[in-house]
Parts: sequence; C-alpha cells; structure tokens
Amino acid sequence: MKVSLNWLRDYVDITLPTKELAHRLTMSGTEVSGIEIIGGGWDNIVVGEVIEVKPHPNADRLRLATVNLGTESPTSVCGAPNLALGQKVAFARIGAELIDGHSGERIKLSPSRIRGVLSEGMICSEKELGISNNHSEIMVLPDDAPIETPIGDYLGDVIFDLDITPNRPDCLSLVGIAREVGALTGQRVHLPEDDYPEVGPPVDELASVHIADPDLCSRYCASLLTDVRVAQSPRWIQERLIACGMRPINNIVDVTNYVMLEYGQPLHAFDYQKIRGGRIVVRRAGDGEVLTTLDEVERTLNPQTLVIADEEGPIAIAGVMGGLGSEVRGETTSILIESANFNNVSIRRTSSGLHLRSEASSRFEKGMNPDLTILALRRATQLILKLTNGKAAKGIINVHPVKREREAISLSTSEVERILGMDVGIDKVRELLGSLGFECKEKAPSELMVSVPYWRTDIHLADDLVEEVARIIGYDEIPITMLHGEIPTYEPEPIIPLRERVRDILAGYGLQEVITYSLVSLGMLERAHSSGAVRVANPMTSEQEYLRTTLRPGLLKALSSNEKHEDGAIWLFEVGRTYLPREGDLPEEREMVCGIISGPRIAPLWPGGGGNFFDAKGVVETLFARLGIEVRFEACEDEVLSPGRTAGIFAGEKRVGVLGEVHPRVSESFDISRPAFLFELDLGDIAPYTSAVRRYSPLPRFPTSVRDIALVIDEGLPSIRVKGIIEGSPLVSQATLFDIYSGEQVPGGKKSLAYRIIYQSPSRTLTDEEVNQEQERILGRLHRELGATLRR
Amino acid sequence: MLKKLDEIKSKAILELGSVGGLNSLEDWRVRYLGRKGELTNVLRGLASLSLDERKVIGASANEVKALLEAHLEQKRAALKEHELSMSIELGRIDVTLPGHPLPCGRLHPTTQIVREICAAFVAMGFQVVEGPEVEWDYYNFEALNIPPYHPARDMWATLWIDYETETGERPMLLRTHTSPMQIRVMERTRPPVRVVVPGKVYRYEATDATHESMFYQIEGLAVDENITLADLKGTLYEFARRLFGQERKVRFRCDYFPFVEPGVELAIDCFLCGGRGCRVCNETGWIEIMGAGMVHPNVLKRVGYDPSIYTGFAFGLGVERIIMLKYGIDDIRLFYGNDLRFLRQF
Ligand SMILES: [Zn+2]
Repeated sequence: MKVSLNWLRDYVDITLPTKELAHRLTMSGTEVSGIEIIGGGWDNIVVGEVIEVKPHPNADRLRLATVNLGTESPTSVCGAPNLALGQKVAFARIGAELIDGHSGERIKLSPSRIRGVLSEGMICSEKELGISNNHSEIMVLPDDAPIETPIGDYLGDVIFDLDITPNRPDCLSLVGIAREVGALTGQRVHLPEDDYPEVGPPVDELASVHIADPDLCSRYCASLLTDVRVAQSPRWIQERLIACGMRPINNIVDVTNYVMLEYGQPLHAFDYQKIRGGRIVVRRAGDGEVLTTLDEVERTLNPQTLVIADEEGPIAIAGVMGGLGSEVRGETTSILIESANFNNVSIRRTSSGLHLRSEASSRFEKGMNPDLTILALRRATQLILKLTNGKAAKGIINVHPVKREREAISLSTSEVERILGMDVGIDKVRELLGSLGFECKEKAPSELMVSVPYWRTDIHLADDLVEEVARIIGYDEIPITMLHGEIPTYEPEPIIPLRERVRDILAGYGLQEVITYSLVSLGMLERAHSSGAVRVANPMTSEQEYLRTTLRPGLLKALSSNEKHEDGAIWLFEVGRTYLPREGDLPEEREMVCGIISGPRIAPLWPGGGGNFFDAKGVVETLFARLGIEVRFEACEDEVLSPGRTAGIFAGEKRVGVLGEVHPRVSESFDISRPAFLFELDLGDIAPYTSAVRRYSPLPRFPTSVRDIALVIDEGLPSIRVKGIIEGSPLVSQATLFDIYSGEQVPGGKKSLAYRIIYQSPSRTLTDEEVNQEQERILGRLHRELGATLRR
Repeated sequence: MLKKLDEIKSKAILELGSVGGLNSLEDWRVRYLGRKGELTNVLRGLASLSLDERKVIGASANEVKALLEAHLEQKRAALKEHELSMSIELGRIDVTLPGHPLPCGRLHPTTQIVREICAAFVAMGFQVVEGPEVEWDYYNFEALNIPPYHPARDMWATLWIDYETETGERPMLLRTHTSPMQIRVMERTRPPVRVVVPGKVYRYEATDATHESMFYQIEGLAVDENITLADLKGTLYEFARRLFGQERKVRFRCDYFPFVEPGVELAIDCFLCGGRGCRVCNETGWIEIMGAGMVHPNVLKRVGYDPSIYTGFAFGLGVERIIMLKYGIDDIRLFYGNDLRFLRQF
C-alpha cells in the first residue's frame, strides 16, 4: 500500500526524519519496501508571481517575464505560449538544478543571454521539474500558492510503499498507519471531521434495507444524498488518490475511494434512482441469477454468492463489485452510499469462485470491524456534501443484526516475560498498549484486563498482546540467550545417513550430482516407459504436470541437454524421491538413486572408446563394497534398457536395483546421441542391509600359493558360475579374472577365461602337493558342471 | 721390493685419477687390491724374504694397502655423488605438464549448503528429520492456524494434487513450505523437541530469475518449557554467525506468519554494500533470509501440547536464496537446469 506522508500529516504529526520513520515502521512489522521522494533536488526553485510580461525585442516567439519572488523580482526570457500576467509559477533561480527540456539531462542553471537579453532565471515546465513529460508549456500553480515558498515544500511529498501483512487490514488505511506512527513516536492521532448538515427528508422515507442473511452481513449502513452534481474531483483529492496508486474517476467515486484509503472501509455509491422500489435486500443469490458488473462482464451467480438486490434483482455483488446498471454516472443526481460489513470467508469464496478480485474484496476477506462502517459512512457523506453542494437526508440507515462484544484479554507481566525472556514492568506494558489504543485496567497486581480497540481484528490472545508490546519496544531490546534445556534424544532415520554416504561415494567416483524437477511432463514419463503417475490439478505448465515415478527421465534429459556442449564424459547421478500413487492416501515417497554414465571415465577427448556397461557396473560394485553390502547381478529385462545388456542387482533375495545400457530407442526419444549406461537403486530397500552387524576376521597367518589357469567354456556361459565353483573350494581365498579371449585360438562358440587363483588355508601352510590336488578337484568340477576345459 | 711397492702405489693412484665410473672403479680394485691383484702379489713374494726384510716390507705393503683402500672409498663416494647428481639432472621433468586426470564429481550446491546449514543446527542440539513432499491440506495449512479461506493462504500459491474426496474437496497438495513437519514431529513426540527439516517445497509460480516452482527450505522447531523469544534470537544469531561469518550483523524485526506469535523476520547486513544500500538489498542495507517466531498457542493446542506449560520457536529459510547471495548467482533457474558448466563451479 502506498502512503503519502503529506496526507498522513492530516492525522498525525510526523516528528522523525523520513529514513528514521521508515526504519521504525519496518522494525515494528509495517515494512517500508520503497521510499519515493517527490521533489528531491528542488533547491533554488520557489513560488513566484508573474507581474509583468513584455515582448522580446529580438524574437517574436519569446517574451520577457518579470516574476515577483517576494524579496526580488528577476526577469527571465520565456518561450511558453501559456505565459500570462498574474500566474503563480515555479521559478528557478540561477544555480538551481533542472532537467533539460530537450536532452532530458540534469543541468545546472547559469546566467545566460538569450537573443541579446539577460535571463536571470527560468519559469519551469513540469518536465524541467521532473513531474511529467510536459514541456510545451510552463506549469501554472494554484492562485493561493504562497510566494517565495520553496517548491519542494509546496509540491514535494514522500511516498512510502508499505507491505501490509494479511493480519493487519486496519493498516491498509491512512488512519491505521497514523495509529502505528503515533504509537511509535508518542504522538496523538486525529480522526477526520465527519459533521454535516442533514437538510433533506428522513432517510427512512426514501429507502430501506433488509438483511436476509445476517450470517454473511453483520451490519449495513447507508446514507442518501440528493441534488449532487457529478464532476471531476478537486485537484487535491486527485493528487492524493494518484499518489496512493488509484485512478481518479469522478467526485462521488473518488470520495468513496478516498475514504476507503483513509479508514480502510470499502464503500459503494449507488445511483439512488436505479434502486427499484428504493428497497435494498442483502441476500444470497438465486441459482442462475445474472448480474453485469462494473467491468461489463455478465456473471452468473449461485446461492454461495451474497448480493445487494432491489425489488427486481441483484444490483451488486456484495463486497466484491457493483453492478453496471446502478453505477454513478454523469447524469446521476441522487446517491445512496453503502458502508457495510460482510463475512470475510464468504467474500473470499465468492471472489475466488468468480475469479474477480477487487480492492474492496481483498479488504473484506481479511476481516473488517463493523464499527468502522458508521465512521466511514459519515466521513464520506461529509466530503461529498463539501464537494458537490448536495443535500443529505436526515439520519442514516443502520441495520445491525449481529453485534459483537469487544474482546477483553487478561495479560500478566509474568506471561510477557515467559514469552519474551525479558521483564517488562506493568506500567510499561500499560503505556505501550495504551499508545496503540488498547484500554488497560488493573485486574490484580501485575495483571491487566486489556480491551481491544475496534479496529484491531487480529488480537485474540495474550500472545497477540505480547507481540504488540515487543514490537513497539523494538525486537532489538529483547536479550539474546541460548537454549538451555535438555537436548532431546536422537532417533536417527537410517535412510538419511545412508543417502548422504551414497552421495559422497558417487561424487568420489567422479559422478556429478544433479537435482532435477520432481514434476515432469507426461511425455517424459511415457518416453521412460512409466505410467500411472500422480497428477497436479493446476499445473503451471504441462512440462511440470506429473510427479515422477522414476528418476530416469530427469537424468536422461540432463544428459541430453549437457551433450550439446560437453565433449567428454558426462557422468551424473541424482538422489531423490519418486512418488508412487496409493488409493485415497498420500503417494508413497521412495528415496532413489539413479546414475547415468556416458563417455570415457578419464580420457579427456571423445571419441576413443566410451564409458561402458562395466564402468557403470564398477561404480555400483564399488559403491556396495563401500557400504559393506554383498550384491550379485543377474541378467534381466527392463523396458528402458537394452535386452542382453541389463542386470538386476540383488542383495540377498531382494532386488534392490537395476543396471544396463540405455535402449537405443529411449536414447533417441530423449535426443541422446551417445551410448549411455544407467543404474537405479532403491535406498529404502538397501537401508536394512546396512544395519547388519559386521565382525572383524583375523589376518591370515599362513602363506599363499598362486596358480594361474585359463579355461575354455561356452560363449554364453556367465562367468560368475566359474568364479562360484573356484571360490567354492575351502582352500581358495580368491579367484580373480584377468583375461577374456575369444577368437582364432579357441574353438568357435567358445571363450577363454583366465583366472589367478590364490590358495590359502587359515590353519596351516599348504604343500605344493595339496594345492595341485585341490586344483585338480576344482578343474574336475568345472568340467563336469560347466564343460570347461583347460586351455593349453 | 720397496721400490716395487712405491711403483704400485704411484701407478694405482695415477690410474685411480682417470677412473670415471663405479664399474671401472671395481676393475681398479680387483687390479690392485683383489686376491690376484698387484699388491697381493707383492705380499705373496714376502715369503722368500728374510724375517727382517719381511717386517720392513710387510709394514710398508700394509701401509700402501691402507692408503689405496682409503683412496678407493674416497673415490667411490665421489663417484656415487656424481652419479646421483647425474641421474637427478637427467630426471628433470616439466612440472607444469598436467597430472593424470582422476574423475572429479561434485555435490550439487544445494546439497552442500543444506548440509552446512543443518550441521550448524545439529551442533546446537537439533536433529535432522524429513517429511513428505505431498501433504494434506491439514498439515500444510489448517493445523498451522491457516483454515480454509484464510487470507494468509495468499502467501503460498499452491499446487494441488488432482484428487477429490467424495464431497468434492481437494485435500492433497504439494507442500508449500517445510512447516507441516512441525505438526508431524509434535504429533509423534513429547517435548522437548529440537529438529531441523530440510526438503523440497513447491509453489504455483511462473519462473523467472528470482522465482522457481520448486526449491528447498529448512525448517526448525524447538519446544520445551521456558523457551523464549530471547532464545530464538540467540539460536538464530549463532546460526547466522556460523554460516555467514563473525562480522555479519543480524537484524530481528516484527513480521507475520499465521503459525507464530510473535512473528520475526531475520535479516543480515548486505554482503555487497556492507549496509549502505545497493540493488541487491533493495537499498535497505539488509537482506531478509528467514522467517521465524514463537510457535502459536493454537498450533501447540492442536497437537495436544499445553501452551500454558510449553513454549517454543520455529523458523524457516530458503536455501537457494542463501546460495545465490553467497556466490552472487543472479538466476535461480540455473539450480535445477543442471548445466554442468554451472554445477562444476561448486
Ligand atoms: Zn546492499
């Protein structure tokens, strides 16, 4: 909300410098997010009166103007066509800084001769003062502008841009801000005058109001004016409305807006002649009733909508927007001004249902106090009478079916201290609350009964009062202490440390962590062969419409976009959640790890052999080794991965992940040009295996014997079976594959696998003889079970 | 014989001078001091001499032997020294050539700062817990003192899940803040409570350089007997100094969030201008980094904590904003766009 300090001075004396005032307001909860200074840099420019106009001796289009500045009367050369004797003008003395009318640059005015005549200053245009872009004429001030007054004092203003929090609708008004300023600076607040003569017939003879639904309208007040003349508002009203960000329309509408800004209470003016039967009914709309609102949109209403109706139908949507039919126009001569209190929830429901938010609705939905209606109505009536010379009917309509007690809250100084950690004496509490309009009565020693002023709809509890005390004292005054209670016992969520370890390990192996959006497009999910995802009802874009059920599409997309500018390896991983739908419940959120590997691990230049399946598998194997979990890999199928190049990852009997080459068709659909290898692990499935108790095994005490063998087996036989048989021997501690060969040296359909076998017994030194015998046994088993032969 | 010895001595020393390597030194040793060497030959000839002669010549021969052995050791040391310096000379390399590259992965900057922030609170006795990102309206709003149609709901533009109950309500949403975990944690534990909750949150928001539809928050909650606003100030003051350095100034001002009372906003003095005012701090000299406050009594009542016994404070901060300030990043969309050229800078 924008607040003009000049306007604010009508209600409270401003005793602090602008910056200090802004700081105090900000600290106490009314954030000043911007300060606009109108008329800054107007030194040496004063109000003057044109007392003589003469033609320029050497130029037809120029004239010489003598301007009375009080103590002196300099003459300047002026080319403006609207210059006239007797005008009040803004006169810039030599040395003033102005905006050049042509270049727009800031210049310093120096004495100059124009066509041979000395110009001792300048009569300013609005552009030269930086007020507008008008440079075709000089700016003419009102006749009562006092001569010699610095123009900064006469025209200048400071506009505060305030961020008002939703709990403080009272601060969406000049009076509300004045109350804050008053409390912060110890000044009294003056309310605007609202006395006016009532000369017309009694209002009850002209109009009546009936509230049919008092649950949605607790109070409806109205005044009636006749013989009004709709015209432009005077300049001061227009200027104030503009300064506060509103557009002037006509004197009637402008006054309702002016008073809304003043008090915060939305008002509405009806053309009285258009209220059929002179009878207003506040009721729920009938199903399908229609009304064309001021914005010229025809709206279909329903019984959730509260309307203002006359004998024939709705004439306004209560608290949201007036109807076009009863709008105040140029020919209007009598008006009914509405000042009512509507239910905040109902207004919010209506305005969000109609997608129609107005200044009025955004105020009503925050909750207004019914007591404001009368004050604002009287003030508006008084102002309209002043501006239009109309006649006010006697009395006002005041229908008030639901009355509320003023809230009274008990507050003890010990409660203040319990929350703030600071002792504030009872007198101080009383003084601070009093400055904000709270009435305090001493209920007991160090306990107050505090009654809440009508405009504070946000105060219901002692805690609310404590905040009032703290914010006016200033949070800076609250001491700084550390928590000193018992530290709660820690019940670790096992998945968090696991997840963080996995992050560190994978980054250590050279994978870059990425974080991709949880919301993805349907297309992305489909390309990753995923379906049944949870949908967002109001997505911002179709790119972010579904909650991912797998991390794969995000990573594939990240790979694809990075391929455009990366020649080398792109090794990425993400640790994040997937969201699996559950009937009638929140989706199941699973912590997953997904990695994608494309390009050679180290060689800096592409091509030259890319990363491959075994790079990816190496990462997974080493990861599990670090976690101390034994896993095995079994060939399997996966729609995203290439058949024959895909392995399921098992811990015990549980499948905890998958690994494989991205299927060329999937790569193509993500616009990925290079081979890519992917693994995906379910951290929730892995977590239980990390808690297994690990035992130390003693270091081997007896020497090892090493034998290398090369075996020829069927091409399609998984090597894991060979290793399994060799390591099945009680005398073998390890068998390591060190060569694979298939080609001329071995028969077709066969491959050769070379193993280094380490024999070792935990209990004795093995003799050559024993090792040889054991190796024969192993070879025998390999031959019998796998058809393996020794390669010569 | 003595003459012969003298000759051997002179010749040996002369030859030793021209020995250039350890191999030829060994040859020299064999020639003069070896079992079949010249000096040994002379000593062998002693047998044919008289006892007196033997004494004289023997002593002289031993003298020569000792002398030559001393020379040998000296020479050997010199040659070794020389060879070492030669090999060092030959071993010179261009130390500016690149090292053999090892793969270098990094953690996402968000992960790094989330850890740093959590660690600061863990050091003050808080524990890290996490909660669901898809939430019930109840936890995200209602239990936090934000009933349906509350005007404060505007503070959180919400993405709703496409799920309707039989009565036509949409009770499921993507959490707009990490605050629902305040309720979940209090529902399942009794005071004292001290937790921090990092996680993703979502907003119905058009993205631009300063707005994202998905970002990270860290929530904090401490509830016990005798927790005060002064404790809130102390805890957050300590946190700000740990994260941003000892010199940072911290400002606490009144602000509004429906689930706290009194409400607090925490700001630090601007990194860039040092508090004088600049574009980054909107000319105020202060940068807002956190919302906080004393847990609202309605929230405590909702979870069955007696507000006349327990008080507490809560806070919430946006992670990306802090990273952006720390590194001078001017576009939040870089975070989850995952361009490696961006991610490699952290
Ligand atoms: Zn700054």
